Amino acid sequence: MLKSKIQNSKSKIKSNLKFPNKLLSYLKFGFCHLFVIWILSFVILLNGCGSQSTTGASQAKAKKISVWHWMTDRDEAFQELAKQYEAKTGIKVVFELYAPSDAYSQKVRASAQAQALPDIFGLLGEKRDFAAFIKAGHIASLTEEMNAEFGEWKNMLFEKALAVNEFKEKNEYGVTAGIYGVPIDVMNIQMLYNKALFKKAGLDPQKPPQDWESFVAACTKLNAAGIQGLVSGWGEVWMIDCLASNFAFNVMGPEKVFATLRGEVPYSDSQWIKVFSLFKEMADKKMLASGIVTMVNKSAEQSFANERAAFAFNGSWCVNVYHGMNPDLDYGVMLPPKINPSNPMYIWGGAGSSFLVNDRSAVKSEAIEFLKWLTAPEQQAFLAEKTRNLPSNKKALAKISALLSDFSKGMENVTHPNVWPVNELPKVIERFDKGIQSVIIGEKTPEQLGEELAKLKADEMAKKK
Amino acid sequence: MRRVACNDKTMSNIIGENIKRLYNFLHNASSKTKILMGVGLAVVLETAFLQFHAFTIFWVIIYTFVTLSLLFIVLANIAKKTFSSFAFVLPALIIFSIFYIYPFFKVLQLSHNSWDGISPTMSFVGFANFKEILQDKIWWGAMGNAGYITLIALTFQNILALALALACDRQIKGRNFFRVIFFIPPVLSEVVVGLIWRWIYDGDYGLLNHALVAMGLKDLIRNWLSDPQTALTCVAVIHCWKGFGWGFMILLAGLQTIPRELYEAARVDGANGWQSFRNVTIPLMIPVFVLVAILTILGTMQVFVLILSMTGGGPGYHTEVPVTRILASMQGSSMFGYACAQGLTFGVILMMVSFAQIGISRKLKQA
Repeated sequence: MLKSKIQNSKSKIKSNLKFPNKLLSYLKFGFCHLFVIWILSFVILLNGCGSQSTTGASQAKAKKISVWHWMTDRDEAFQELAKQYEAKTGIKVVFELYAPSDAYSQKVRASAQAQALPDIFGLLGEKRDFAAFIKAGHIASLTEEMNAEFGEWKNMLFEKALAVNEFKEKNEYGVTAGIYGVPIDVMNIQMLYNKALFKKAGLDPQKPPQDWESFVAACTKLNAAGIQGLVSGWGEVWMIDCLASNFAFNVMGPEKVFATLRGEVPYSDSQWIKVFSLFKEMADKKMLASGIVTMVNKSAEQSFANERAAFAFNGSWCVNVYHGMNPDLDYGVMLPPKINPSNPMYIWGGAGSSFLVNDRSAVKSEAIEFLKWLTAPEQQAFLAEKTRNLPSNKKALAKISALLSDFSKGMENVTHPNVWPVNELPKVIERFDKGIQSVIIGEKTPEQLGEELAKLKADEMAKKK
Repeated sequence: MRRVACNDKTMSNIIGENIKRLYNFLHNASSKTKILMGVGLAVVLETAFLQFHAFTIFWVIIYTFVTLSLLFIVLANIAKKTFSSFAFVLPALIIFSIFYIYPFFKVLQLSHNSWDGISPTMSFVGFANFKEILQDKIWWGAMGNAGYITLIALTFQNILALALALACDRQIKGRNFFRVIFFIPPVLSEVVVGLIWRWIYDGDYGLLNHALVAMGLKDLIRNWLSDPQTALTCVAVIHCWKGFGWGFMILLAGLQTIPRELYEAARVDGANGWQSFRNVTIPLMIPVFVLVAILTILGTMQVFVLILSMTGGGPGYHTEVPVTRILASMQGSSMFGYACAQGLTFGVILMMVSFAQIGISRKLKQA
């Protein structure tokens, strides 16, 4: 009885819910179409086909150039320059800031995959990433424009800054030789020393240490006065990589470093062990700031700006950062201490940040013209003044501060992985940097690290073959 | 016209009945059969994938197959047999298939390829990425680190959450205030929590070291996050501090569903506090414990932001966890294919852990 009641009520509900035949046929029709659209969209998604959002003809008509960047400290100056450019040419330049740099980097990669890059953008990454972008047709060659009128544009820029954006003939990435980017500023990474703390420890602030022995002696004196030695953001491992390669270039010379990268010299070589031993010595003699291996560069900058450490290893961008943190900070610039007096001390440097032109941009020529204007002496002087960065235009150097001028002297010694003829494999780089962290915390000896890297390098080379 | 409609209905009835039968068969199968069928299906799919991965038509077929299977399972589950039911489910299914099934297939495709994330072409490498994962000691070390944090979270964090939930379940003064206080850490930003605790743990200017010196425990001071002996435990403790609020809320909700009469009956029978807890609270709370344990494992194994803001995975590889390794492969080394293979492996491991836990909870319930 109860069952039949339930069944009756169920059938009543069903009949109430029944659709009119016409509506049902519409639904069937809609279903089939939706299904086809969904399958098509899947095929499109799978093949990664996207549409270029910025290449529309309407944009060309409106003459709008869109620029993506990650430089929070320079955004205000860029906006000001954009206004000036619009007033001069009628072309609107829209600077869009995406920070922090990690998020920016992801955005650029995702946009490249969808072919939706802006007209001008910056690229954060290694040379192989740069090459991949060029080969995928995302970056325009600027060689012709650079060389036009007897190389007028090219000649006004720092050669070493341009080199970062250049691919030579027969490069290992298979990219057509040429210049693919415009440096908007230059940078180099050196050591800074606090003059007030030097005085406090009884050191001469006019004579910063130039060789390893005097550096160790200075740190010992500073330690005795209760002052920490070197601070740097070695939690961001690329900074360890930077100082280690500075030492390696000085200890064994560039050719042997490149031979190691090619796999011809193992990391267990005595000169590499010497390089790793320098970090061990710094740790053993308490020359390093406490917690340096997990310290991000921002914390290291705060530490130096607040006079908690006497030395810092940092890039020329720090002038602006330290000014913001402690305008009264009295410090000087010095090259990292030499270990081998017969070799020069090379430092990392070159283009601080570069802008690249999207090869698919509808306003490509306008974008190139804007970059020419941006790197002209007046605009470069304006940027240098506002952002306290080294200008990429040599003619703008006359207007920079004394500290930046000291940094600019280091440009003679700069090198960078992006201009090396050969680069290390990503897995080896990571193990190299993390391995030095392990040496600093006393977990590995320099010899153990050398052996480990030699084995890893051999394995990775074998895989590559 | 009516005959066509009638035939249509008969056809949909037959299809519906068969789907329902298949669904019932799958639903009622033993765990062993389910595992065997799952493995079998994975093997068939993988073999087909290895053979036909280069053909777009293969992807269309497999994608359609999975989506329609899902649709049929949903329909069989709600026992709808008319064609109009499909139309109702379709919008949700399209959204689900685009945002869940498609990314899964894309990750599956990438995990079998070597790709830098930019180049228009990628090269098929078969199982090479997975083979490399098996030999990647750093990856398994990171899994071990995540496992260690999970173990601390499962014990320390959940015991603390249970103790506080038991305290707040009683008629104590200001219990609503305590509920709010205990739930503050989970709603704080992980980056902010990480940065604040990094300052507390600082070797030179940290509060913790200052407190230790003030207590006369100068020998214990150290740089907590740069010391390989303490870095991972420090991160684990903060993760527990940040996460115990979730467990607390769920456990408290569970405790409040236990009828008070059961405690009164136990008291009448002469049970003391511990006996009531052991014989009333624990058996009735098992489903809640399982839920909290599963959420703790899934949440803790995927810990990431806290590590990035506190140690960045260092010193060395001491605080690396699977997600930081995936990020390192993807961003640091531009090995998108390998990163996807790591993600897939990690996902499968987490799924296995969850299924194992569900199985254990069922057995516990039966016991």
